[in-house]
Amino acid sequence: MTERTEPLVELRDVKVHFPIKSGLLVDRTVGYVYAVDGVSLSINAGETYGLVGESGCGKSTLGRGLLRLVEPTDGEVVFDGTDVRSLKGESLRRTRRRMQMIFQDPLSSLDPRQSVESLLVEGLKAHGLADDKAATGKRLRETLDAVGLPGSALSKYPHEFSGGQRQRIGIARALVLNPELIVADEPVSALDVSIQAQVLNLLEDLQNERGLTYLIIAHDLAVVRHIADTVGVMYLGGLVEEASSDDLYREPMHPYTRALMSAVPVPDPLVEDRRERILLAGDLPSPTNPPAGCRFHTRCPWAQPTRCADERPALREVLGGHRVACHYAEEIAAGRIRPHEVEPELVRPDDGGSPGDTGELIPTP
Amino acid sequence: MSLLDVRDLSVVFQRRGERPFTAVDKVSFSVEPGQTVGLVGESGCGKSVTSLAIMGLLPKRGNKVTGEVRFEGANLLKLRPDDMRDRRGRDIGMIFQDPLSSLNPVIPIGVQVAEVLERHQGMDRRKALREARQLLDAVGIPDPERRLKEYPHQISGGMRQRALIAIALACKPRLLIADEPTTALDVTIQAQILTLLKQLVDETGTALIMITHDLGVVAGLCDTVNVLYGGKVVERAARHELFARPRHPYTHGLLNSVPRLDSVRGERLHAIRGSVADNIPWTEGCAFAPRCDHVVDACLEGAPPLEPTATGGDLRCNNPVPVEVTVP
Ligand SMILES: Nc1ncnc2c1ncn2[C@@H]1O[C@H](COP(=O)(O)OP(=O)(O)OP(=O)(O)O)[C@@H](O)[C@H]1O
Ligand SMILES: Nc1ncnc2c1ncn2[C@@H]1O[C@H](COP(=O)(O)OP(=O)(O)O)[C@@H](O)[C@H]1O
Ligand code: SF4
Ligand code: SF4
Ligand SMILES: [Mg+2]
Ligand SMILES: [Mg+2]
Repeated sequence: MTERTEPLVELRDVKVHFPIKSGLLVDRTVGYVYAVDGVSLSINAGETYGLVGESGCGKSTLGRGLLRLVEPTDGEVVFDGTDVRSLKGESLRRTRRRMQMIFQDPLSSLDPRQSVESLLVEGLKAHGLADDKAATGKRLRETLDAVGLPGSALSKYPHEFSGGQRQRIGIARALVLNPELIVADEPVSALDVSIQAQVLNLLEDLQNERGLTYLIIAHDLAVVRHIADTVGVMYLGGLVEEASSDDLYREPMHPYTRALMSAVPVPDPLVEDRRERILLAGDLPSPTNPPAGCRFHTRCPWAQPTRCADERPALREVLGGHRVACHYAEEIAAGRIRPHEVEPELVRPDDGGSPGDTGELIPTP
Repeated sequence: MSLLDVRDLSVVFQRRGERPFTAVDKVSFSVEPGQTVGLVGESGCGKSVTSLAIMGLLPKRGNKVTGEVRFEGANLLKLRPDDMRDRRGRDIGMIFQDPLSSLNPVIPIGVQVAEVLERHQGMDRRKALREARQLLDAVGIPDPERRLKEYPHQISGGMRQRALIAIALACKPRLLIADEPTTALDVTIQAQILTLLKQLVDETGTALIMITHDLGVVAGLCDTVNVLYGGKVVERAARHELFARPRHPYTHGLLNSVPRLDSVRGERLHAIRGSVADNIPWTEGCAFAPRCDHVVDACLEGAPPLEPTATGGDLRCNNPVPVEVTVP
């Protein structure tokens, strides 16, 4: 890994809560979705931070909060030394140019009626960078070249391209503004396996050439491990573990990370036949009604009778550079606490697991 | 006799004013009792159309199905719709990617399971509901007694997929077809469902056709794997053989292009160049030729035949990856 540099991005205790409204005439807030609930992390310039976790854990919301595409409820979002949350007007616009986003579904994030040229020029215009025609043309062609598309693509429309090519257009649209930070939300999950590798390689090449800083959000742990220097694992709005990609893989310490990692299928029968899976009981609780204490305690095979159910563990450094949010990380790592069976709690998709609604014991096979 | 014998199955879609499109092109494979057979390939390669054709679930108009689908000897393609409906559910169960669209939203889960039992096993409602409760329990749904009365939208995606498995297995079918059953689920829930499927297949002796784009899912589950490309089987091999010595350049390329959780970090991925949009029609040569590093002249002179390999598989390639260099 490269030597430590200054952080380009620092999030301090960032929260994004979405109010749940009800009532026909008067909007009444009846609760909150605690989508992101106190996340602190930093991303070094020129590095890739990978954020993983299961659907609904708040990854996209965190990425959007960082770019202020949603307004954080609380906390600090520091980009290159300034708190982005305090910026307004022209200074906000200037900072926005330096942070760009790539989305999961290339087709739905690109306006089908706009040619590639107009898609790319749009951003330049918004930032007053398209005044010189000749220079703009050159910039567009260079950008297309960088993402491996021919100049002839400029006059075409998104539907004329394959999924992988559309994702290249999405990358070009971010890149043309010459940003320092790119937040990529599931950049390859809509793509076929054979195309995923092309896009991942492209992202790596662009980073090497331009010194870009990435926040890569993905649910696929193998993708994140491949591309990221540092990996953060999220569960129900919070970071539960953070380490260098190699350390996290070599020694996952949080019970959730262990389960997540053991669940990822490996395309190798020799590995699959020998693997021990940690099967989690039941479903992810709802972020409207997250469990008290450690949010993972309802599914944690290592949960203890003290602390787990009533004290939220802080993300703390357990080994050098390895942060874990678990009261018993050391005991679990040393094997002093053994995993046990967990009763699955029934989770409703709409209202979250209501307390007391526990099912009968289903042994995890 | 095989349990299921698919011979030269083709599906051609024909919309008025459009050129006919061959989605499945002379696909042949067989499934022995109790065996788990994988169909893998990228999106659009014909996996779902193959399974829908086997089940007789393709739209009535706009397509032509040819070939044979023999289930215990009888050609399913020749059955009357009524008889086919009877076979589905009783002899062949099916699980789809999106459980919500395959469950009836206005009927409680328990009743949906019970109805299958009533229809195919002639049970009365009370007995069927009792049996349904046991089935929900067997597929790991917590508090099955209460779940009987709940509607699909009241339970999570993973639980819905379990309910669908309960329905598919209600009549102890001899064959289960699962089309991307875990693709819409989170990976920890996927692990639950795959473990459940494996366990049920072991316990009941049901044969399973597992359709997926995920080579990792296949690696842990399937006895035999069929790799599809452009509507044709391009390689078939036993699980260990396929992953240790992939011979088709496409299979080999796929295995090299997936990031693996346990691979050395920092290694560049070997991408397959181009995309399926570059395919040439099989009538002109090997569809994969424009993306293939092994292409030779013969590849542009018609489709290469599917030929048996020394290791008991089949391979459709003029210039396969040599055995000694295939370990990824
Ligand atoms: N605008 C919004 N209003 C209300 N709730 C929201 C809003 N955006 C997101 N949420 C909720 O916040 C939680 C986190 O959502 P988010 O999209 O960040 O998850 P994610 O980790 O990106 O999931 P996925 O892997 O499915 O993309 C979810 O429960 C989601 O339903
Ligand atoms: N009802 C239909 N009409 C026309 N074309 C179809 C229809 N269903 C599927 N196809 C086409 O057949 C091909 C194979 O589709 P499918 O079997 O669904 O692929 P997959 O391998 O992803 O399951 C695709 O090109 C698809 O667009
Ligand atoms: S704090 Fe307790 S419940 Fe949470 S992960 Fe650690 S052991 Fe499990
Ligand atoms: S037949 Fe030719 S083009 Fe097709 S995969 Fe084999 S070598 Fe490549
Ligand atoms: Mg998301
Ligand atoms: Mg399909």
